[in-house]
Amino acid sequence: MTYHRVLTRPRPQALRPNSFWLLGPAVLLLIVWTQIPFVLTLYHSFRRFNLLNPERQGFVGFENFASLLTDPIFWTAILNTLVLVGSVLLITVAVGLLLAVLFYQDFPGRALARTLVISPFFVMPVVSALIWKNMLMHPVYGLFAWIAEGLGQRPIDWLATYPMQSIVMMVSWQWIPFAMLLILTGLQSLSKEQLEAAKIDGANAWQEFRYIIVPHLAQTLSVVVMLETIFLLTIFAEIYASTSGGPGLATTTLPYLIYLKAFGEYRIGVAAAGAVFAVILANIVAIFVLRMIGRNLQGGRT
Amino acid sequence: MSQGQRIRWELTALAYLAAGIMFFPIFWLFLTGFKSEGEAIAIPPKLIFQPTLESIQEALTRSDYGLHFLNSIISAMGSTALALLLAIPAAYSMAFYPTRRTQGLLLWMISTKMMPPVGVIIPVYLIFRDLRWLDNVWALALIYTVMNLPVVVWTLYAFFREVPHEIMEAARVDGASIPQELLRVLLPLSVPAIASAALLSIILAWNETFWSLNLTSAQASPLSVYVASFKTAEGLFWAKMSAASMIAILPVMVMGWLAQRQLVRGLTFGAIK
Repeated sequence: MTYHRVLTRPRPQALRPNSFWLLGPAVLLLIVWTQIPFVLTLYHSFRRFNLLNPERQGFVGFENFASLLTDPIFWTAILNTLVLVGSVLLITVAVGLLLAVLFYQDFPGRALARTLVISPFFVMPVVSALIWKNMLMHPVYGLFAWIAEGLGQRPIDWLATYPMQSIVMMVSWQWIPFAMLLILTGLQSLSKEQLEAAKIDGANAWQEFRYIIVPHLAQTLSVVVMLETIFLLTIFAEIYASTSGGPGLATTTLPYLIYLKAFGEYRIGVAAAGAVFAVILANIVAIFVLRMIGRNLQGGRT
Repeated sequence: MSQGQRIRWELTALAYLAAGIMFFPIFWLFLTGFKSEGEAIAIPPKLIFQPTLESIQEALTRSDYGLHFLNSIISAMGSTALALLLAIPAAYSMAFYPTRRTQGLLLWMISTKMMPPVGVIIPVYLIFRDLRWLDNVWALALIYTVMNLPVVVWTLYAFFREVPHEIMEAARVDGASIPQELLRVLLPLSVPAIASAALLSIILAWNETFWSLNLTSAQASPLSVYVASFKTAEGLFWAKMSAASMIAILPVMVMGWLAQRQLVRGLTFGAIK
């Protein structure tokens, strides 16, 4: 409300501070290090530029894009990215929803238990890759191998046999807490009266969940899906520290491919073209998130 | 025990079970950090053993560990301090003196956070190379500032908007200048918001790995890069790896525990109420 009041009753100009000096530095920094580099990425995507052979430079039109689009590796990377993001989304939203419902109720020691559940989110991605790759999934010394042997099974070399599934598991473990925390926040804004009324009308626990909680959470869930998509599209460290994109190309995602092209093959032009695709992919989702944030901004206080 | 009570009890047990499963990998890492190298890879895994501080000591006393730890502190704290310095005036201006363009500006700032790092890494790398900023921890801190600025601005803006305008107006009527109004009136009121924005920014910068891997090497690399060097440890040095990892994640995990409530607000930009 305050927002509107100020808008409708502007202060005398003399009393308003010069917002140029207050906002300028922050805006300038963001322009210099995000907008200008992106424009340069666009520029490089139309040029030939190999760091190993820097003399041979020049404008090549859409050649970089064409060489990417006709390269099966690029399509494998796109597919891997979509599989990774899609699977992690499914798992984190489903498990996050269940956990949020569990932690919605009050029970002794809830704060401690919730703290333990969300801890994986604060673990450095490299460290979580090392934990999973070595101590849990290692085919000889790993805990999973030991459990498999105890059950009379042959131990599995997880990262070699099921590389993408293993990465999905690792990344899901890190992002379940994020989904759970957001959904829990959404649940807590659910009105108690509505639930009471449903109980009086004879709704059982499942019906209550299905017809009251889920619809209420629809907006929350869409925010979780969109924000997670944006963050998951940039997953890099987990792959770098566990599989390095392999075996073969099994876990090479778009960010990892761009990294390989730029810093492995030094092909700046092709890498820049890949980066343009990455930005387009992220923006498809970002537009919707920003629209939602904008709506909430106009709706008064947050 | 009534049926309702029993279901309640079962759900509680389930919540504890979930907590145990989610935390287990971290617990296992911590446990391994207190083992000797032989015990770390023992099969069957050792739950009961003579805990030793050997690996932790060794990790800490290695000369380069201190350097990387210091780099992590400089890049996380330095970027957070700079982000606050830039974000406080910006959020103040947008919250108290909005114009027609304020909302668009705020959304634009948030949108920069949604730009994937790979979208800008190549030019930033080339600029850093030309400026001789590669492997410079302060330059890395600058990138982290840019990365976290939208989150910090947003967190502060959301808080400032809740501050009653009358308080600020009273100060203005009493003849306070803008810096005075900011420093003496607004900042003391905003300590909780500034603290949570700072915590969030430190956590994000500390755990960041894409920029640090690509922009730093031996001299300026923070712990994330150092720990990544263990990635080829096939059954070797697991105790040392665990000890080094444990010290690397413990400080920010504690911060995360403290900041868990503000996390949602800061990372969703008000998309969830």
